[in-house]
Amino acid sequence: MKYAYYPGCSAESTARDQYMSIREVSKALGIELIEPKGWTCCGSTPAHHTDRMFSIALPTANLLLAKKMGLDMVVFCAACYNRMKVANYEIQTNPQVRREIADSLGEDYDGSVEVHHFVEILIKDLGIKKLQETFTHSLDGLKVVSYYGCLLVRPHKVTNFDNPENPTIMDSLVTVMGGESIDWPHKVECCGGGFALTRTDIVIELSNSILGMAKAAGAQCMAVACPMCQVNLDLRQSDINKTKNTNYDIPIVYITQLIGLCLGISPEKLGMDKCIVSPKPIIEAVISN
Amino acid sequence: MPLIISKEKADTGLLQLVKEISGVDVAGCLQCKKCTNGCPVTGLVKVPPSEIIRRLQLNAGESILNSDLIWMCASCETCFSRCPMQIDMAAVMDALRILSIKKSAAKQKGNVPLFNRWFLKTVGMFGRTYDLGMIAAYKIGTASYFQDTDKFPMMLQKRKIALFPSFKADKKYVKKIFKKKK
Repeated sequence: MKYAYYPGCSAESTARDQYMSIREVSKALGIELIEPKGWTCCGSTPAHHTDRMFSIALPTANLLLAKKMGLDMVVFCAACYNRMKVANYEIQTNPQVRREIADSLGEDYDGSVEVHHFVEILIKDLGIKKLQETFTHSLDGLKVVSYYGCLLVRPHKVTNFDNPENPTIMDSLVTVMGGESIDWPHKVECCGGGFALTRTDIVIELSNSILGMAKAAGAQCMAVACPMCQVNLDLRQSDINKTKNTNYDIPIVYITQLIGLCLGISPEKLGMDKCIVSPKPIIEAVISN
Repeated sequence: MPLIISKEKADTGLLQLVKEISGVDVAGCLQCKKCTNGCPVTGLVKVPPSEIIRRLQLNAGESILNSDLIWMCASCETCFSRCPMQIDMAAVMDALRILSIKKSAAKQKGNVPLFNRWFLKTVGMFGRTYDLGMIAAYKIGTASYFQDTDKFPMMLQKRKIALFPSFKADKKYVKKIFKKKK
């Protein structure tokens, strides 16, 4: 199994933990991830706030690199994933967009590189059975809520990721790892996303609602698949506790970190020391069995 | 609540511009308000998404560009996903943001356009974002030096944020793309 892997800018900064865990997990599972040489930013939200064609051209530059490698593209960051899917969709469905993008990049791209989220290839290409066979440790009944956020599931006709209102792909991974996957209503609510710096007040409102529901559902931990959600829910937890008079203490971990623990990989190698809310109880529970 | 639009301010130009930029025709909106009911910031804004669409339909003119939702919308796409008429409200919001800058509408809390400019400036410079650089520039621009001062030393110590920019990007395409940026 070989893919082009687009880490996204956060992998070098605020989501190094995500990058470390995906690298370790894919190595252990025999999945070969090759970064397109010299990959560039997908433009994220600021690009589509600014100019539509520009916001399509930026991810296309990276899809062109994958096309030249002759490989499907694997992405973890939900924002990058979304922008790549949008670029493919626009180029495939709108010939004028395709022409304009070709004009901008100096090369034509036909929208044909398949884009997958890392959890999608775990289920679809590797399979639950293979995962089950490879795990050496178990989550041992740990109560986990899976949080998907916005950009993986919406808009569904563009991303085509699982069920847009009730996705279960991460829940099934939690179950395979021996955790108790809790069904809860805030799987696809918004955490405030790109407002981390500009409108912290909005992030606090929205993330408070998500953390509140996770707590009410009895979660011991939240599994995420997006670097922006991870930072908002983890880093802002203390601010929310202060402003909203709450006492959340919910570790926010990447699903790849949980998988890594179950594969017997050390928490340090998975970047778990970078979590702000300590994931120690999870680590202890997994390592002791 | 009645929606009052004064005749003097009515203007058909904005609707056309939104359509040109976003490629979205809002004429089909039924005002079912699924977008507003699903919008995560409905409770925080004065003008919810369904009202923006209604104002556009009624040619309310450029006053729409001062709506708080424009810079409070998190682009979560719930509106578009649930719209029975498949109106891409998120694209309409992008068009309104672009027009609000073009037409110099009033600045709003948080100064998101400033953040966007610096975000993209680092992408133009390095080919990838440089968090610490854009955060510093944004903080200087908004004089919000003391917000989150407790966070950065801890994040740097944990290496939860990069100290230096990345120099691994190949800017071949990025240079061309930025030349065409509007």
